[in-house]
Amino acid sequence: MRGNHIVAEAAIRAGCRFYFGYPITPQNEIPEYMAEALSKLKDGVFVQAESELAAINMVIGGSMAGARVMTSSSSPGISLKQEGISYLSALELPAVIVNMCRGGPGLGNIAPAQSDYFQATRGGGHGDYRTIVLAPSSCQELAKLTMEAFDLADIYRTPVIIFADGMLGQMMEPVEFPENTNPKSSPPKDWTLTGAKGRPGRAIRSLILDPVLEEEHNWKLMRKYERIQKKEVRYETFLLEDAKMVVVAFGTAARIARGAVKRVREQGLKVGLFRPVTLWPFPGTVLGELGKKVKLFFVFEMNMGQMVEDVRIALGGDGDIHFYGRPGGIVPTPLEVSRIISSQYLQKRL
Amino acid sequence: MKKVFSRPRSLKKVPFHYCPGCGHSIVHRLLAEVIDEMGLREIVIGVPPAGCAVLAYFYLDIDMGESPHGRGTALATGLKRVLPDRLVFTYQGDGDIAAIGTAESIHTANRGENITALFINNACYGMTGGQMAPTTLLGQHTTTSPGGRERLRDGYPIRLSEMLALTDGSAYIERTAVNSPGNIRKTKKAIAKAFKVQLDKLGFSLVEILSPCPINWRMSSYEACQWIEKEIVKYYPLGVIKDVTKRVKEC
Amino acid sequence: MLIKTIFSGFGGQGVLSMGYIFAYAAMVDGKNTTYLPSYGAEVRGGTANCTVAISDEEIASPVASSPEFVVVMNNPSLFRFQNVVHSGGIMFLNSSMIEARPIRGDIELFEIPANDIAKGLGNEKVVNMVMLGFFIKKTGLVSRDGVEKALGDAFSLKGKAIVTLNKKAFMEGHTFD
Repeated sequence: MRGNHIVAEAAIRAGCRFYFGYPITPQNEIPEYMAEALSKLKDGVFVQAESELAAINMVIGGSMAGARVMTSSSSPGISLKQEGISYLSALELPAVIVNMCRGGPGLGNIAPAQSDYFQATRGGGHGDYRTIVLAPSSCQELAKLTMEAFDLADIYRTPVIIFADGMLGQMMEPVEFPENTNPKSSPPKDWTLTGAKGRPGRAIRSLILDPVLEEEHNWKLMRKYERIQKKEVRYETFLLEDAKMVVVAFGTAARIARGAVKRVREQGLKVGLFRPVTLWPFPGTVLGELGKKVKLFFVFEMNMGQMVEDVRIALGGDGDIHFYGRPGGIVPTPLEVSRIISSQYLQKRL
Repeated sequence: MKKVFSRPRSLKKVPFHYCPGCGHSIVHRLLAEVIDEMGLREIVIGVPPAGCAVLAYFYLDIDMGESPHGRGTALATGLKRVLPDRLVFTYQGDGDIAAIGTAESIHTANRGENITALFINNACYGMTGGQMAPTTLLGQHTTTSPGGRERLRDGYPIRLSEMLALTDGSAYIERTAVNSPGNIRKTKKAIAKAFKVQLDKLGFSLVEILSPCPINWRMSSYEACQWIEKEIVKYYPLGVIKDVTKRVKEC
Repeated sequence: MLIKTIFSGFGGQGVLSMGYIFAYAAMVDGKNTTYLPSYGAEVRGGTANCTVAISDEEIASPVASSPEFVVVMNNPSLFRFQNVVHSGGIMFLNSSMIEARPIRGDIELFEIPANDIAKGLGNEKVVNMVMLGFFIKKTGLVSRDGVEKALGDAFSLKGKAIVTLNKKAFMEGHTFD
């Protein structure tokens, strides 16, 4: 199945019946699949909104009403959605937002890129908040993480971003969908707007004029973010046991880096791969421990160097960090990356 | 002794924070009365705006979900699509529904989204201190049109209700005012009618309510009510703009 | 064993479905596979290409550095991809459309007048399946059963006649010598 179709199918299997979106390449197969599939379900609703702004606000409304809701877009459209993502965070509403990232800034192009890393992991909109950011690197993982995203969103009442790119959205691999997520693991939604039947009226709001109360709200969010940081960090390692050099990459770039690592291993270089699966919470602690053992780090991203800042923070001055980036929608080959890796490795005489 | 006047069930026992002479408190009360009289309290969900009425949930004892500025009708679309058997309304000012939220308003109406918009038109941005709104009249003085609104610089006041009436999805649109006892009674009727249209699943309904803003208009409350009568109504005439229920009857 | 193939041509030559059928057949055969298409407006009228990787093991990168095989359907594709083929690799060339030949001496070349054969079948659109049949005969990467199943599934919505025509085109390429 195609990556974009997998996301859509996984969402439906996770119980999502409400999709609100606006077309943009390279993610159009998600709304197209949703339009078709949801129309066949009795309780399915698909709305093509007039803009990404409208779509994300429909998501807010649907989430307030207690439903599992999703929207998807690509970089320029995600910029428009940032307003709503800030509100979702402030209002503590669960929702899943997919970004099939493309080259930017501005209109950019439609080729695969990872240039929205900062936007995704730093909050992206106004105010002091974080969103859970999941970065799949294969079609199988698109299925798994999309389904998990709905659980995470419900458990923590927070928006979850699936951060992939045009390449993952367009490519096809065989995929097996995991068993349906267990909705029982999600807490009951006792906060939704349903009409004040036999109870006082309920307000879901983010306007808190009293700075003392707004500060308390921020602390409350922060405590939640700390819980997420403790419990939800995910990463994958490849050939790290004897590694003298660690390549750090996520998503599509990690896929290419993995190929590059295999190549340099054939040359006898002891290189391993560390792949963050959650970009926020970033697996900084694990990486920091790795920095006590390994002295050379190689960060590869399809942007001008964004995650590398998190790696720097995680290592806290330990080890040397070399960065290699290809922005603008360029997808380098494993050979190209492997050449840079081996030249760095050999220069350091490891 | 017979009780002839009391607080509606859906209105909380909280003093309004609105300025003296402001129309919001009147509309809040009318809304609460309609909700009670039609027995809607347990199925109604309101969407307050960014604007003076953002704190509507302090006064109305119903479920309410706050919207980003201008996005009320989109947010209400999400609510209504998930819960089609609830009564969903937005409460929006002129800046909210007719400036920043124009696209959302037009497309929600055009989809025939089965929700109701209450559009409070006070011809200025009240909450931010009286700046020029899309509905500010030509010549009207505001803090951002200090010499009066000028058509070459600022364009014309927009008639959103008439625009929305052109969409095939809108079912009922009426413009009323809350500047006199007679107009207030008509406003209440219009709100009830709009809700009825929604309950009958006929499509998008909207009531535009001309509402006094004496503080920002630099007038007394009395003068403000008079100004609506003498000036605003000339540009924004009162009455039913669209009503598909009438058309159905004619057929 | 990891094998990567790039299929390339201009939009409308069925380059993407060629790669798709191939990848699908590999999946039917129980192999690991990735299919990476070019996408967007560029595929309509412009040059289109896709990369298919198949392997017995998990596939690291779906992007090909130097593919073992390249299928070129038109002139621009030949010039674009002749330098990336792995030394000792094979190029499959549509001789109906391409006059030039690769300048490299370290790759093998197989030619087939795919358009002419497709025309002979009465429908030039199936040029891609002719080429695919030829490609699979020479490489033996996937089974014929796998391709049959892939063709049946991929074109099932378009009706039996289309499936039959495509299978016929595939066989024409497969038996070409």
